Amino acid sequence: MSATCDFTLAELMIVAASEAWRGNGEVIASGLGVIPRLAASLAKLTHSPELLMTDSEAFLVEEPIPLGPRGDYVPRYSGYLSFERVFECVWGGRRHAMIGPTQIDRWGQTNLSCVGDYQKPKTAILGVRGLPGNSINHLNSFFVPSHNSRVFVSGEVDMVSGVGFKAERWPQGVRRDLMDIRCVVSDLCVLDFDGPDRAVQVRSLHPGVSFEQVQDNTGFPLLKSAQLHETAHPNAEQLALIRRLDPHDYRAAAIKGNPAGIRTA
Amino acid sequence: MMNKQLTAADAVGQLRDGMTIGFGGWGPRRKPMAIVREILRSPVKDLTVVAYGGPEVGMLCAAGKVKKLVFGFATLDAIPLEPYYRKAREAGELQLMELDEGMFQWGLRAAGMRLPFLPTRCGLATDVTRLNPELKTVQSPYADGEVLLAMPALNLDVAFLHVNVADRLGNCLVTGPDPYFDHLFARAANQCFVSCERLEERLELNVDQARFNTFERYLVSGVVHAPLGAHPTSCGPDYGWDMKHLKGYAASSQVENGWQDYVQTYIAGGEQAYQAQNGGAESMGALPLPVF
Repeated sequence: MSATCDFTLAELMIVAASEAWRGNGEVIASGLGVIPRLAASLAKLTHSPELLMTDSEAFLVEEPIPLGPRGDYVPRYSGYLSFERVFECVWGGRRHAMIGPTQIDRWGQTNLSCVGDYQKPKTAILGVRGLPGNSINHLNSFFVPSHNSRVFVSGEVDMVSGVGFKAERWPQGVRRDLMDIRCVVSDLCVLDFDGPDRAVQVRSLHPGVSFEQVQDNTGFPLLKSAQLHETAHPNAEQLALIRRLDPHDYRAAAIKGNPAGIRTA
Repeated sequence: MMNKQLTAADAVGQLRDGMTIGFGGWGPRRKPMAIVREILRSPVKDLTVVAYGGPEVGMLCAAGKVKKLVFGFATLDAIPLEPYYRKAREAGELQLMELDEGMFQWGLRAAGMRLPFLPTRCGLATDVTRLNPELKTVQSPYADGEVLLAMPALNLDVAFLHVNVADRLGNCLVTGPDPYFDHLFARAANQCFVSCERLEERLELNVDQARFNTFERYLVSGVVHAPLGAHPTSCGPDYGWDMKHLKGYAASSQVENGWQDYVQTYIAGGEQAYQAQNGGAESMGALPLPVF
């Protein structure tokens, strides 16, 4: 064991996020953004080779494509997945997406539309995009690069773009059994919604982070998972794969300041 | 011999104030921007714009031509927030129908199939239904009794698309990696005008090329020859988006009279002047395709 930390927080989060896709079976793994995409790619290259993946444009690949300019790397395609076909996958439920919403609430509801009053918002964001459809049709996970109470809001998110576990939001007769949330990976911890009545709980704390620190930066009360543990450190094989998948080191810019994987006080 | 060729000005001349118009493409990809610039030069106003939004949404908002926006997002991708959409939105200027991306194509599909609605689960249990009270639910008439959202048809007065190749009859080829939902826009519209990189008298294709045809020519009312007509958005495999131009466009939203300056520089002088301002046709046509 080396005394110094030889992995970054971004690399720790990539490994933690890759766990979201473990045991999903043959589904489309969609990681949107640098860390989620690297996480999905790592999942496919290690514990879950059965996952399906694209070149982030319109073609299926069996070997995840490294991020950015490709040099002499030539992708080999195994199929086609236009946006039209993505919706067919979404509505059929055979997909697990990880995106970074602007707000998340205690019910797992997410916001990608605007912050503040809907009619005259303080900040307009992207728009709901595919979140309403993704969230009600298939498994989803979320990525939060900066864990704070502006993201993890105290009440409901300002515009409910993705569905969650708040019963009052579900009209009678609507099927709720097709949706689920696997986890939320932030720069402090991994959360899940596997507490009593789908309550949100801390599943693992990143090295050097305390439960109190997470609670202080979250707008709603958190439970401790019965299995609460320290987030696993990346191993040498995982780090080598991450470096191969991200030859231009885009991950270094994914978390502010690119901190080391083990926080020291 | 049938000839549907017309100028961008002729196509835009068909528009009337208050119309509902759709734009093909997706975000900063294969948008009919030469047509959009012609709309910006025209007096038409009070439009309902229906789009998977890119810079066409921001520019039409900046010019004050949008009364209502039917959309799932507005983005320039590498610049995540469309700058002028954001301005208009934060000023509270726009009527909105904000939809899930999948609901959106479902609405176009309903229109194309002459149906009043199509059922879906998308949008239920979110604020999409709360904020759009015109969206109703429907109960399955079968034993399951499931309650579904009845996505209403998105009927368009006019659709504008940009394609790689067309002929004078209105046959079109979309040769980029993804046809997006242009075929559904064409089907949902009373009139569809297509701009193209290359115009031919009449397409005579082999079987591999013919598969790039994604909708029938009877849907096409007119064809505009507009080389580089998607710029500054991408038009794979012919050219990529112009990030330098898009960055300048985004920056213009942060300075006083920025939009007026953009219009003076890029819109007012017509397409030839537009190309000259962007380094000329040769360098525009050589813009590299984005790599993800």
